Amino acid sequence: MTSALVLLDHDRGALSDTALQAVAFAGSLGFDLEPVLIGDGAESLVPELGGLGVSKVHVIGHELLTDFAPEAWGDSLAQLVVVSGAKVAITTGTDRGNEVMAHLGAILDQPMVANVTKADPGAPWKLSRIRWGGSLFEHVELEAPFQLLTVAPHSWEALEPDSSPAPAVEHFEPTLDETAARTRVVDRVTLNAGITLATAPVVVSGGRGVGSAEGFAPLEELASMLGGVVGCSRVVTNNGWRPHTDQVGQTGTRIAPELYIACGISGAIQHWVGAMASKKILAINTDPEANMMSKADYAVVGDLHEVVPALIKALK
Amino acid sequence: MSDLPSNAKVVVIGAGIVGNAVVGHLADLGWTEIVQIDKGPLPNPGGSTGHASNFIFPVDHGKEMAALTLDSQQQYEEMGVSTTCGGIEVARTPERMEELRRRLSSATAFGIEAEMLTPEQVKEKVPFVDESVILGGFYTPSVSVVDSLRAGTIFRERAQAKEALTVFPNTEVTDIEVEDGAVKAVVTDRGRIETEYVVVACGCWSPRIAAMAGATIPLTPAVHQMIDVGPIDVLVETNNEIAYPIIRDMDTFMYERQSAGSMEVGSYAHRPIFLHPDDIPSIEESKLSPTELPFTADDFDPQLEDALELMPDILAEAEIKYAINGLLSLTPDAMPLIGESIEVRNLWSAAAIWIKEGPGAGRLVAEWMTYGAPSIDPHHSDISRLYDVNRTEEHVIARCAEHFNKTYGIVHPREQWESRRDLVVSPLRERTDALGAVYFQAGVTERPQWYETNKALLDEYQADDRPHEWDARWWSPISTAEHLALRDRVGIVDLSAFVTFDVTGPGALDYVQHMVVNQVDKPIGSAVYTPLLNGHGGFRSDLTVKRLGTDHFRIVTGAFDGPRDEYWFRKHLPDDGSVTFTDTSKSMVTIGVWGPHAREVLSSITEDDLSNEVFRYGTTAEVDFGGISTRMLRISYVGELGWEVYVPVDDAVALWDMIWEAGQSHGIVPVGGGVYGTTGRLEKGYRLMGAELESEYSPVEAGLARPRVKSADFIGKEAYLEAREAGPIATLCTFTVDDHMSVAGIPRYMTGGEPIVDTDGNRIVDSRGRISIVTTAGMGPSVGRYLLLGYLPTELAVEGASFGVKYMNEIYPITVAVAGSTPLFDPDDSRMKG
Amino acid sequence: MRVLVCVKRVPAPGARIALTPDRQEIDTKNLGFATSPHEECAVEEAVQLVSDHGGSSTVLTMGARESEEQLRYAVSVGIDAAVLIPTDGSDLDPQATARGLVAGITVLEERDGRFDVILFGNESADSGGYQVGVRVARSLGRPIVSGIKDIELADDELIAKREIPSGFEVYRLELPAVLAVREGLNLPRYPTLPGRLKSRKAEVASVDVVPEVGGQHKVSFESPPEQESQTVKLGEGVDAVPAIVEVLETLGIK
Repeated sequence: MTSALVLLDHDRGALSDTALQAVAFAGSLGFDLEPVLIGDGAESLVPELGGLGVSKVHVIGHELLTDFAPEAWGDSLAQLVVVSGAKVAITTGTDRGNEVMAHLGAILDQPMVANVTKADPGAPWKLSRIRWGGSLFEHVELEAPFQLLTVAPHSWEALEPDSSPAPAVEHFEPTLDETAARTRVVDRVTLNAGITLATAPVVVSGGRGVGSAEGFAPLEELASMLGGVVGCSRVVTNNGWRPHTDQVGQTGTRIAPELYIACGISGAIQHWVGAMASKKILAINTDPEANMMSKADYAVVGDLHEVVPALIKALK
Repeated sequence: MSDLPSNAKVVVIGAGIVGNAVVGHLADLGWTEIVQIDKGPLPNPGGSTGHASNFIFPVDHGKEMAALTLDSQQQYEEMGVSTTCGGIEVARTPERMEELRRRLSSATAFGIEAEMLTPEQVKEKVPFVDESVILGGFYTPSVSVVDSLRAGTIFRERAQAKEALTVFPNTEVTDIEVEDGAVKAVVTDRGRIETEYVVVACGCWSPRIAAMAGATIPLTPAVHQMIDVGPIDVLVETNNEIAYPIIRDMDTFMYERQSAGSMEVGSYAHRPIFLHPDDIPSIEESKLSPTELPFTADDFDPQLEDALELMPDILAEAEIKYAINGLLSLTPDAMPLIGESIEVRNLWSAAAIWIKEGPGAGRLVAEWMTYGAPSIDPHHSDISRLYDVNRTEEHVIARCAEHFNKTYGIVHPREQWESRRDLVVSPLRERTDALGAVYFQAGVTERPQWYETNKALLDEYQADDRPHEWDARWWSPISTAEHLALRDRVGIVDLSAFVTFDVTGPGALDYVQHMVVNQVDKPIGSAVYTPLLNGHGGFRSDLTVKRLGTDHFRIVTGAFDGPRDEYWFRKHLPDDGSVTFTDTSKSMVTIGVWGPHAREVLSSITEDDLSNEVFRYGTTAEVDFGGISTRMLRISYVGELGWEVYVPVDDAVALWDMIWEAGQSHGIVPVGGGVYGTTGRLEKGYRLMGAELESEYSPVEAGLARPRVKSADFIGKEAYLEAREAGPIATLCTFTVDDHMSVAGIPRYMTGGEPIVDTDGNRIVDSRGRISIVTTAGMGPSVGRYLLLGYLPTELAVEGASFGVKYMNEIYPITVAVAGSTPLFDPDDSRMKG
Repeated sequence: MRVLVCVKRVPAPGARIALTPDRQEIDTKNLGFATSPHEECAVEEAVQLVSDHGGSSTVLTMGARESEEQLRYAVSVGIDAAVLIPTDGSDLDPQATARGLVAGITVLEERDGRFDVILFGNESADSGGYQVGVRVARSLGRPIVSGIKDIELADDELIAKREIPSGFEVYRLELPAVLAVREGLNLPRYPTLPGRLKSRKAEVASVDVVPEVGGQHKVSFESPPEQESQTVKLGEGVDAVPAIVEVLETLGIK
């Protein structure tokens, strides 16, 4: 059976919550899956990988691989591809995943297909991928000796590891020099120690209808009551009411909370693609026909400036 | 949301300013079971209202539009959604300064306060204008900015408070069912509503909606570009939505309007950009809204330079934050499309109406639907005014392309279109071409206005030119010479633009009697000139009715009103099939022959007796010209002996040639519309539909009431009888201009539409609020005076009384020559009837 | 210093994206065109870098002649020079795009000197391939980091920050360097009237390159299926609050 390398994104030993989605996707293609972990902290993750149906895991280590380093990660993976003889490499289409896979494509001078949702291996490979952040599918054919692709986040359910025995570890030490490691994390700035927009179980988001920076105060209060954070649409950041870090959407953050509460957000396509992976969506809007209202699981027709304070009161 | 009802009295489609105004006014007039639907959400369904600049400059040269605008402005004011900010139209050229002076005259006519400003005065009011690029400004303090969306909500709430209205936004019309030629039901994606009436108030989607019923609303969506530039400190500091007067930079076809901290710059200068109504994107496909299309920057670039030139200090630093190609509705003649459709009974159009006239138009539609006639004469907005050939997409696009850039243009009252000419040419065209005819479009037909080959007559009759280019534009002194030659010898006139209808069948007499004021139950061969009234006794039309047989009448009407009259006649046809109504315009040609030698000329080519004893004035008879059989009608719109000769199309040229040959020894001249339509009729005090005759005046006031009223019933009879009883409130007068000399020492000649003022320069308004303006102006060559027609309050209509006419903001003295309908020339009609 | 920004002309949709009947293209009949939002920030950053540190900025694109509109837009907000690599306008695969840009950049650098900083958008709004910047940087042998939302220039070093859920990662790149940036890096300015007028007259230089195509071929587009609305209406206004509370309880959030 052909083997496929599946790069698992992790941050110094913390596995990205979308990493195993790529495993699920790759597994569906019928390949012999060989997960890959790179850098410090990688090996500590191996015990968490039981029950995924893989027999071995590549752990790439090197003294220069202390923290994320896109160029060095790309170089490392490229060397492993050559050594392992794998023709297929897959990872999740996160910022890091896309970036590292792009390096791999550049090094190997091979096409790299980002944000794939479906694949039909053959000659040529037939793939479906998302464009416009998810509001359009593109069907592509891939003609190349290597198939490098990233999986659109949230397009596949992650495989759930269990207590089965962990796969075997195969260590690989690439040849790296300082040039390869010139782009690496040299420092970190921690902004919010707690939950983040990308990981919060509840996001209370505001749009044009909020009307002002001050208008977000009730949303903040509701978010904190529900153990969530505040998000916003692009028009809000463009108006300077919220920092860009709060922006949900194609050019902001893609989120997948348990509940997304959209207050006064019309739901332009660019916003929707950032929020559509939410498990449940509750929309509050004065316009019953707003896009967000028709796409939401729950809709409340009303003025957010009345509904949100009333909800806070009720929850108290 | 409640369910769609299965029945309604009226379904109003569209919730822009127009649809909202219509439902508001219908409810005010007592309508109930009104259902309003719109495809989009409320309060902004995504049509043109949603992105409008919302300002109103009330001064317009046209009386009808001025009335609609003033009414609208007042309604906005009453609803509390209006902010008066003032507005200045600035001129960069001497021609524009003249136009602004003309606007000042119009302002006087409509009672709007306005004044001319020097460049320095403009700068005082709007300090960021560079006064060195302008020559002056026209300031209207009452210019206002309105909240048209809020107004719409208030209109709807007004109707809802009366429990007269149910509103269904987000509801798409998919079909309009028609049964027996009348509206039956409106089908939507939420259900079907049976209804008696439908009003299409769908802005630039109207053609598409009307087409569902098989009706035409001939307009095109067109792009108007607009940018928002800011922030601008001097505007931000006002802390106000609008604190500075709006500037209209007329010569660059642009406006600059403060919008809070920004300046909105709009343009009518770019190339005409049209969309087919079917190509307007859906709400789902639109980034902003269906009528806010992506901005095409290249088209706007030249305007940026113009804007920078006028307001360099504030516009240089600010950023272009928002820019759209906004859609609005344009029609072939730049007037709204209002009224019942000609194709489907009870399907009403309220389209091509802009913010500034929306509430007024809504009232007009509601009155019209309620009473059968509105209080403002809708002559120029009436959707039935257009010929079929004017209703095609090709025509709409061509004409709109021509007039789009004239939105802020200087349009001469006599201005002719360049596009879509020769739509209908006379069968006599070769002959009139050979005589050097200069054509004006009469309705859709090309009609000779004057003949260049008559230039030779200029010396003979000492016809003077007009020294001022504006006064002489679309005019020739040749018309004066033709006039005098006709009165002196004989003239031949191509009247093929006439519209004729034949009414036949057992019910013909009763039907025609019911339609017109005067007695038409006369001997076969009689001809009657008669008014046609609306239900209120106001003028609907004037026309000639000939009785050709017991059950056969021929109706002749003017080229400009053919379609309106046809609509009106067809609307009132009996259901029982007893009357057949046919447009026979295309089957015959009318040749007019008038002048002292007319009888001699025609008698020389026919065996038939044309003597006064046999062929009386006001009668019609078949006459044979060497095998060409014609029908002749002894009547005259120029006040001379002569006939209208109706000849089959195929024989028209041969007959023309015969008359022409026979006329040579009598010095026959070809005579154009300049005489027929203006100078000849003015001397005779003859009235013209759409000028003197309009629905706001009665036949009594127009001086067209006969001594007796026929016993048969007719439309408007009751009101007509009341008007006769009450006597006139206004009287149509003929004035002479006593002194033409302007301050600059140039003799000036009015073009019509100017205000008539008292000797103190005040405008004159009658007790019903109707203003005195010049309805027609032109030379009276045979009386040697320049003549004006216009209404005066009856108590002021005293022959010999002195008044003034305000032309280009100067007052010229005039005198009432005739109060009433007595002709100034040949008052006892001896020339015509002898 | 010399700064280059690479941009792409993309349709500017705000709503549902319509396709041509053959599903080969986006139906742009009613759409305007724009520069991808990330790239608008790249343009703004280039203008600011040059304004703060001196030098000159250049904008480069590869595309149909109409792409001049986006180049001129960049000039209208302060970019100094514009260069177009003309194509027939059809979709280019990422490898071909990168090859074309590399060739173009090489020509420009040979003529006028090295670009100290080259900025890309993190990914284009329309095709979202996430790789052109990386391929170009690799070809030029220069360092690149993607996802950058903060840039600081200190001596011969770029300090670039990239947003991660917990905050920012910090990178230091020696010049010459390449960055792929994200919206949020700055708030791009709009053109002024004089800026727009200046851009009209700006010369758009042209570099002719015919890049070899890559291995990814578009077959067709497909619109996602319209989701049947299963929306549960919880009510109107504050009356809906009890129903909202119930939903929160059902979802186990509270």
